[in-house]
Amino acid sequence: MQGIYDLMDRLLPLEALHYNFMKNALLAILLLTPLLGLLGTMAVNRQMAFFSDALGHSALTGIGLGILLGAASDLLSMLVFGVLWALLISLIRHTGTAGADTVISVFSSTSVALGLLILSRGGGFARYSSLLVGDVLAVTPLDLLYLLLALVLGVLAWFLLYNRLLLTSVSASLARSRGVHTRLCEIAFGVLVALAVMLAIRWVGVMLINALLIIPAAAARNLAGSARRHALFSIAFAMVSGVAGLFSAYAWNTSAGAAIVLYAAFFYLLSLLLHRRVRG
Amino acid sequence: MNLLERCHLCRIDLKHIRVVRGGQEVLRDINMHIHCGQLTMLIGQNGAGKTTLIRALLGEIPYEGSIRHEDGQGKAMPRMTTGYVPQHLAFDPDIPLTVLDLMGAALSRRAVWTGVGKRKKEEIRAILEIVHAGELLDRPLGRCSGGEIQRVMLALALHPAPDLLVLDEPVSGVDENGQRLFLNVVNELRRGRHMAILMVSHDLNLVRDYADHVVLLDKTVLMQGRPETVFESDAFRDTFGMERRQL
Repeated sequence: MQGIYDLMDRLLPLEALHYNFMKNALLAILLLTPLLGLLGTMAVNRQMAFFSDALGHSALTGIGLGILLGAASDLLSMLVFGVLWALLISLIRHTGTAGADTVISVFSSTSVALGLLILSRGGGFARYSSLLVGDVLAVTPLDLLYLLLALVLGVLAWFLLYNRLLLTSVSASLARSRGVHTRLCEIAFGVLVALAVMLAIRWVGVMLINALLIIPAAAARNLAGSARRHALFSIAFAMVSGVAGLFSAYAWNTSAGAAIVLYAAFFYLLSLLLHRRVRG
Repeated sequence: MNLLERCHLCRIDLKHIRVVRGGQEVLRDINMHIHCGQLTMLIGQNGAGKTTLIRALLGEIPYEGSIRHEDGQGKAMPRMTTGYVPQHLAFDPDIPLTVLDLMGAALSRRAVWTGVGKRKKEEIRAILEIVHAGELLDRPLGRCSGGEIQRVMLALALHPAPDLLVLDEPVSGVDENGQRLFLNVVNELRRGRHMAILMVSHDLNLVRDYADHVVLLDKTVLMQGRPETVFESDAFRDTFGMERRQL
């Protein structure tokens, strides 16, 4: 790890990066944002912004249940619960009883309420308030290892899954006629998003995680005409917002997650204006 | 010996097809042939079971009876490859996706968000040329007309080369010019590639102009034969009483 720190000192001799916790934060953002940017493209194309929002909220319940059940780590209980939640939501979405957004809204509110109920027992919620806004400055070298692993596995999964998901998005019957198991693909995507969101949530926060997944991809969509550009622009917006947000937060002494999302929102606004000019 | 039995061309042979969905018999005792080099058109009212029959052919739903792919001598041929063109899709016109992306997603292993390789791109261009759509290669899907998108779907269905091409109301909702262009391409495939083609259509004018063989369906085959034979039948009159006068 020291070798990486030394290299960063040499390449980026910035006052802000003097501290190791800032170096860790920067590395975390460089590992996390590309994955969220990539996954976001499909979440936006499939109009699943609300779905990932509900997933983010379920992190509270995940931790709460983890504590009740005596789980070894918060991360583990969040990951397990997030995946279960994703499976449950897609199952209910598939039965198509009520409108999908209604179902997801009920899920989202229920998980927030349940999480708050458990975590606020005995008036102790303050301990968990960092979960709401996240704290990227608390990243440890071990966390970085997890994030690196997640990025590698996530991109690999995205390489294998993407074409099938894309066909399914355009037409499920077309995808099926070409041998794609559309249900399985949708579930795999939900699980992948759940894992990425749960991994990121401690650093970005429950309230902002969805913004980081959705906004860069939405901005990129306004400017891109092809799948490749959509992915590239989305990754670029996510990474630039992440880095700019981190340094701004350091300079202004504010929450990094909030600053990152505001940069992303700025890109979105810009993309809207350019989109209008392009399309008249 | 009837006409079908004398034929020495390969064909897809459907025998005693029966489909039960949710406790109801949706199709019963369907017997028909789909010949290579012929455009067979499936007609019938809504709810007659046209889409169900197609889904059975595609292997999407369970059925009783047999579907066999036979050569000219009536011997079973190995596994049948089926190409499928869905009904015209209404998708989000803002989706950042080119025709190349869509084709690449279906025909290439490489995830298209990383791009499409040069050789693959030329291969896809060649496939698009077959349906006279080479110029659409780099166009975003949202800027293609309904007819153009259906020709792209047709190009996709040609790869891998199918023994049977199934078209489920491919041109409903497409403007007339687009319809004719599409059917002219289908005609070329039928002749040039000697493909067996089954198409569902609501447009009886198109059926009259393009079909070699017409199958009138209402849970079972009411009537089949040359278009003029079917159009003159009592079964056809009973099914399409009003519409027939417009032909």
